[in-house]
Amino acid sequence: MSLPDATVEKPAAERRLTIAKAMSEAIGQEMERDPSVLVMGEDIGKMGGVFGTTTGLFEKFGAERVRDTPISETAFIGAAVGMAASGLRPVVELMFVDFFGVCMDAIYNLAAKQSYFSGGKISCPMVLMTSVGGGYGDAGQHSQCLYATFGHLPGMKVVIPSNAHDAKGLMLSAIRDDNPVIFMFHKALQGMGWLGTVAGSINDTPESDYLVPIGKASIVREGSDITIVGLGATVHQALTAAENLAKTGINAEIIDLRTIAPLDRETIFASASKTGRLLVVDDDYLSFGIGAEIIASVCEALPDPLKCPPQRIAHPDIPIPFTPVMEHFLLPDAGKIEGRVRAMLGENT
Amino acid sequence: MSSNHSKRLWMYAQMVKSRYFEDMIKPAYFEGKTPVFNMAKGPLPGEMHLSDGQEPCAVGVCAHLRADDTVTATHRPHHIAIAKGVDLNAMAAEIFGKKDGLAGGRSGHMHLFDPAVNFSCSGIIAQGMGPAVGAAMAARMQGSDAVAVAFLGEGAANQGAFHESLNLASVWKAPVVFVIEDNSYGISVPKSACTAIASNVDRAAGYAMPGHHVSGNDPDGVYEAAGIAIERARSGSGPSLIEIETSRLEGHFMGDPEGYRPKDEVKRLKEIDPIPAYRSRLVKEGFEESELARVEKEARALVEQAFSYARSNDYPEPKEAFDHVFA
Ligand SMILES: Cc1ncc(C[n+]2csc(CCOP(=O)(O)OP(=O)(O)O)c2C)c(N)n1
Repeated sequence: MSLPDATVEKPAAERRLTIAKAMSEAIGQEMERDPSVLVMGEDIGKMGGVFGTTTGLFEKFGAERVRDTPISETAFIGAAVGMAASGLRPVVELMFVDFFGVCMDAIYNLAAKQSYFSGGKISCPMVLMTSVGGGYGDAGQHSQCLYATFGHLPGMKVVIPSNAHDAKGLMLSAIRDDNPVIFMFHKALQGMGWLGTVAGSINDTPESDYLVPIGKASIVREGSDITIVGLGATVHQALTAAENLAKTGINAEIIDLRTIAPLDRETIFASASKTGRLLVVDDDYLSFGIGAEIIASVCEALPDPLKCPPQRIAHPDIPIPFTPVMEHFLLPDAGKIEGRVRAMLGENT
Repeated sequence: MSSNHSKRLWMYAQMVKSRYFEDMIKPAYFEGKTPVFNMAKGPLPGEMHLSDGQEPCAVGVCAHLRADDTVTATHRPHHIAIAKGVDLNAMAAEIFGKKDGLAGGRSGHMHLFDPAVNFSCSGIIAQGMGPAVGAAMAARMQGSDAVAVAFLGEGAANQGAFHESLNLASVWKAPVVFVIEDNSYGISVPKSACTAIASNVDRAAGYAMPGHHVSGNDPDGVYEAAGIAIERARSGSGPSLIEIETSRLEGHFMGDPEGYRPKDEVKRLKEIDPIPAYRSRLVKEGFEESELARVEKEARALVEQAFSYARSNDYPEPKEAFDHVFA
């Protein structure tokens, strides 16, 4: 017997939000609740963030707590580390993950090592949000994912929502977390019409301040024949592939990672041992990536071998080209996933 | 006026060519993208940053340059590329993602590379500056009197790379010129809200190099300042900084609703558009109408030819994406 959960408020009607709207709603609610939260970054003030992540916050909270910065990432991300060490909770945006090179030191040598170097005496409660992903012809300096780069560097948490509900809950968890959290949102899911949003990313998002736990993957589709692990945009591609596969009796289980650091290996192990097959789909570069990490972990952990070698689909080790004919040739999509699954199940396709 | 007749005619011609180029991009960019604007669609996908209004910066500087001089440009590169002599057909084909584009469709509008005239650009703010210092040093160490020029926006002057590159260039007396195109906006943020000093030219003194400020978006003024700076670099006396007051007649990128900018500002700026203004000045100073009409016609023909070349060129084979990852 279980008691009804009184803390979860069921919304009267569906509130279908975009990820952008869910992010700005979460930040706004948290700013109201906690006066130590502030937002800063390029074009996050009047413009509301080029990907809509801070829409309405400037009007509501003013220039003191919603700060447009100079294009000086080393300075303002370094400053966020100092603010976080001094009792504030900065939410910082750096538009595109591709730009992190100019200020990487502040991220992985300062923010990520603060707790460790102070023997746990100083924390770094900051959120660094940034857009990832291509598919719209913006070429190699504006289309990368670089998930694994950040997952590889200890001391930071890395979250990657695939839908608005999770984006809001992960944002609230991220702001309340005492560690630096990199919040990577995929442009194709953001709900900016001009980027051709994937419909599945817009979903029911309660108004209440609920938390989606950092470090917990979710099973977004149950199945028995194969485990497909995705994150961000590739979750939706996997779902489309699974629908097609189901028509011919193949039942795929899909895991949405939601967080890559820490990585929820337990959920993956349980699913892979149930289905006996594993495919990881990632739109970051292939080598040294999420797929390698997950497959290695599974091979190390599972006592019995899988029914077929685990596989991965990712962007090949090539800078992302501009021209659509090349870009779409390289990126994962539902068709590639479906084909690979059929091959793994021994079908001739 | 220090600039002579043929140079001024050349500058006018390049400005006009650049403007025609952008004028051809505008309708092509929106092909297939509307009614609901979708950046991925149409023959020119992705972000598009136009340089309407900023032409004087490019022509006044490049009028002094040779093919063996290096130029590094920014995410807003067309006017500079054209003034530096980048192959117009290959540049247009690249922007359309075609096989005979500068990089066979791999780079697109923000990453145009043309080694024939030592031109390149980067979409990462201020990151052309270090490479310009390097190119300048390479020329000197190889016994050439070639120079390098790095273009950047006023927003980029707040980057670490700006300050580090100025210092390094000065310490090494590198034959390099830094050119700030001050259009007073970094995307939505006005310069006054993000730069501590009113005039970036004052920063040159902090790195012991001369600074030149050019007001009025004036091609002749740019030509004059650039002449001094480039001569200084070529003769081995070291780097300089030039700051040019210019204007951005379009949004940051195409499709930018520009909610951050006063409605009448663009209208006002268009009234002082540097191209018609320069034309009137040339006419007043004795240039023949027919001469100006001739260069306009030639420029238009070249641009039209480049666009039809680009459109009729084939797309590359998808698997060519695997070529050139390594040299
Ligand atoms: C390191 C880095 N940070 C941020 C950006 C995003 N960005 C692209 S253009 C731009 C504004 C640049 O302003 P400015 O240097 O004045 O050049 P303008 O666009 O006005 O020509 C910004 C913030 C970037 N490309 N690189």
